[in-house]
Amino acid sequence: MHEVGITRSLVEIAEEHARTGGHNKVLSVSVDIGELSGVVAEAVEFCFEAVVRGTLLEGSRLIINRIPGAMRCRDCQQEFPADNYTLECPQCGSFMLDFTKGKELQMTEMEVE
Amino acid sequence: MCIECGCGEINHHHHDHEHDPGPKTLRVEEDLLAKNNRLAGLNRALFAERGVFVLNLVSSPGSGKTSLLEKTISDLKTELCFAVLEGDQQTANDANRIAATGAPVKQINTGAGCHLDAHMVGHGVEGFDLDAADILMIENVGNLVCPAEFDLGEQHKVVILSVTEGEDKPQKYPHMFRAADIMLINKIDLLPYLDFNLEQCRTYAQQVNPDIRIFELSCNSGEGLDSWYDWLRQATA
Ligand SMILES: Nc1nc2c(ncn2[C@@H]2O[C@H](COP(=O)(O)OP(=O)(O)OP(=O)(O)O)[C@@H](O)[C@H]2O)c(=O)[nH]1
Ligand SMILES: [Mg+2]
Ligand SMILES: [Zn+2]
Repeated sequence: MHEVGITRSLVEIAEEHARTGGHNKVLSVSVDIGELSGVVAEAVEFCFEAVVRGTLLEGSRLIINRIPGAMRCRDCQQEFPADNYTLECPQCGSFMLDFTKGKELQMTEMEVE
Repeated sequence: MCIECGCGEINHHHHDHEHDPGPKTLRVEEDLLAKNNRLAGLNRALFAERGVFVLNLVSSPGSGKTSLLEKTISDLKTELCFAVLEGDQQTANDANRIAATGAPVKQINTGAGCHLDAHMVGHGVEGFDLDAADILMIENVGNLVCPAEFDLGEQHKVVILSVTEGEDKPQKYPHMFRAADIMLINKIDLLPYLDFNLEQCRTYAQQVNPDIRIFELSCNSGEGLDSWYDWLRQATA
């Protein structure tokens, strides 16, 4: 359950930016979570309420933007969607694949007051 | 977009609403692992400066991480100087086993934590004489999921898979086998008693990670350890 740690760093980052800007309440935070990032969005959602207790984010809304995964074949250069670890290129069958999208794990925006 | 109030309208010069204390949107592009990655970068710089080669050993519980360390240290201690960080949720059992080899060791107990992070490692090595060490071995918490995400400042993540776990583990836990660049298939002395398909296991691992380098060995019989030792010698030369 490393999602608790990830959620804690989200809260830390948001609080730091809020304080720097002189705000004392965070209304919402938006995050990009890639489908291939290894972080389960539902688990982040699940622990968010508990983690924000007693912080500037208490009562705030968590907006998760899921980024679908994509991979590219080293052999035929084909790029294709991959919501899971796809094991072979759908075009040529090669295993030589690299991620092009879906590893994101990033805070993007926050609403403050 | 209006920078002042962040209200999102482009042609918006006449503000007919009050600015404060209304809500305001801040654009903050920051990686959620940024803090760990920053600390891992500091560890990596420290290790480079002191000339220490660092491996992060990851696997499911009981695959043989500590056995591999005991064996490797005992066999190579006249050539190479080791230091070891042991990560477990609880107990100092593994640290005691390593201490018996004579190598400096520090146990990190993570409590409820499911992985080591760069912060723990940074403090973990504080008591070591890094100038004297050639190799720092970090045995991560036995877990094939979470440690994949956390850079500790190592040169290589080494994933250990023992043959009693089944050949499909690279497919079931692809994140870990993708994050690692070295894979050790351990306990091959048990192959005669199992249905484990070694060839299939290699293929699965290469499908998940085309760049992975694979060693097959047994800490019990000693088979295959020589190529592992050669790799360590070359890497630290
Ligand atoms: N047959 C056989 N048994 C082995 C081998 N390597 C380790 N073992 C046994 O596997 C068990 C677990 O080994 P450990 O070295 O404690 O495994 P570990 O990965 O450090 O375990 P945790 O730290 O608890 O995750 C022990 O009983 C070892 O004796 C091997 O090559 N062959
Ligand atoms: Mg161990
Ligand atoms: Zn292809």
